[in-house]
Amino acid sequence: MYNGGKIIAGLAVFLAFFLFPFYYNLGKANARPELKTDTPAIREWAQKYGKKECVESKDFMRAEHMQLLNDWRDSVVRDGNRIYTNAEGRHHLMSLQNTCLNCHSNKKEFCDKCHNYMAVKPYCFNCHVEPKENKS
Amino acid sequence: MNRRQFLKIAGASTVLGLGGASAVNGFRLGVPAAARMSLDPRALTAKRWGFVVDVSRLRTEEDYQKCIDACHNIHNVPTFKNDLQHEVKWIWKENFEATFPGTEHEYMNAEFKEKKFLVFCNHCKEPACVRVCPTKATFKREDGIVMQDMHRCIGCRFCMAACPFGARSFNYLDPRGKNPDGSPLIRVQSQTYPTRTIGVVEKCIACYERLAIGQQPACVEASNGAILFGDLEDPNSEVRKVIGEKYTVRRKPELGTQPSIYYVIGGSEHA
Ligand code: HEC
Ligand code: HEC
Ligand code: HEC
Repeated sequence: MYNGGKIIAGLAVFLAFFLFPFYYNLGKANARPELKTDTPAIREWAQKYGKKECVESKDFMRAEHMQLLNDWRDSVVRDGNRIYTNAEGRHHLMSLQNTCLNCHSNKKEFCDKCHNYMAVKPYCFNCHVEPKENKS
Repeated sequence: MNRRQFLKIAGASTVLGLGGASAVNGFRLGVPAAARMSLDPRALTAKRWGFVVDVSRLRTEEDYQKCIDACHNIHNVPTFKNDLQHEVKWIWKENFEATFPGTEHEYMNAEFKEKKFLVFCNHCKEPACVRVCPTKATFKREDGIVMQDMHRCIGCRFCMAACPFGARSFNYLDPRGKNPDGSPLIRVQSQTYPTRTIGVVEKCIACYERLAIGQQPACVEASNGAILFGDLEDPNSEVRKVIGEKYTVRRKPELGTQPSIYYVIGGSEHA
């Protein structure tokens, strides 16, 4: 091949650049964020009721927590309700700031981590106050 | 389908409960069908909440400030130093003329000329602000409280134009910001109540969040008896007793908004 060495070297360099995004992200794109549910309030709850639990099942929460929060806020602000009784009959105060973030007080390691991964940016915390330990 | 057929079907389906409102309210997407949302059993309820402010019991600067601070601290209301233009207030002091305009006169009692009056949202029975709100962000609850849903407020300020009492403030600046001297606008941050953002309107909400868990409004609690709170429709309530016994006035009654704050003027037996 005429000038074969140069062509092959050129191709190698081209491929190295062209494929850079793929091998750079190898393993990363699939690395789901690890969510920590080890907070004082959750530990306390687990001690009292024998297991770690959210206001609803984990699968439900993962898929529906935004809708649930929507309903909570309308119910609280517009109907004056404060008590949520979940599908299992357990009671929770309906509050983003005082319930969700009491248990998930590690907001940066929990809510934010997943939201960043999913590229969602809830604007709620322009008003709702974040847990103190998150202030950096 | 012609118009007549359409109306027939629409009418029949409304009767059957299939109409618009019931389709929206009838089922919820956000919570499992087995879940329930209910009042806290401690909640205070009434047919129509109202206030009585006994003017003679608010005398020193501190008497007023205690009520104002109690409210503004728990609700994260910002304090703008020397900046009336951007001021945000839920409860504040006014002079006689601004509180009861048209009733001042040249021979008036000197004490009243100088006196300050505590004013806040009147929670009117016929609230002008509610009529003009295009998003129902402000609405009247069953118990008479004129509520403001911060999530729906689009900052159009129609309500501010409509309110004859200046009870509403607009957030021209970010309430989480600082005064020019570097001090934070929110002096004591409450961790349990949200702040607001730039671009929304806010006002007194009669501490609906405290009533919901069985507590009196913050200003009432801090007022040492100068402000009473109770059910105006209950003839045996304390507020009705005071209104029945003493001479009380309301602000700008001629406008027909039916304020729910009654001022006891010159009831000197408490002094
Ligand atoms: C403009 C400011 C503002 C924004 C933005 C905002 N909220 Fe709120 N929210 C409030 C205020 C004020 C209350 C009344 C607090 C109370 O009654 O204790 C409230 C109450 C609530 C409540 C019920 C009471 C509580 O303690 O949580 C929920 C739930 C809620 N908001 C959810 C949300 C969610 C979810 C978002 C974002 C999608 C959001 N809010 C964005 C101001 C705001
Ligand atoms: C009593 C403590 C507690 C409260 C209150 C609570 N959570 Fe949780 N939450 C947990 C625990 C524990 C888990 C992990 C459950 C599991 O692993 O089975 C969890 C899981 C979740 C998940 C799923 C995470 C994943 O791994 O997919 C979401 C989303 C979530 N919570 C959001 C919320 C929101 C929003 C609120 C308020 C409406 C809330 N949580 C209130 C304790 C709580
Ligand atoms: C397992 C991942 C995950 C976790 C953990 C999580 N979220 Fe989310 N959240 C999402 C996703 C994905 C969306 C966007 C859903 C959509 O757009 O339909 C979302 C949306 C939201 C929204 C609505 C935002 C909007 O702009 O409409 C709110 C509010 C919210 N999350 C609050 C929370 C809070 C509070 C926590 C922590 C207590 C939390 N989330 C934890 C994945 C998560």
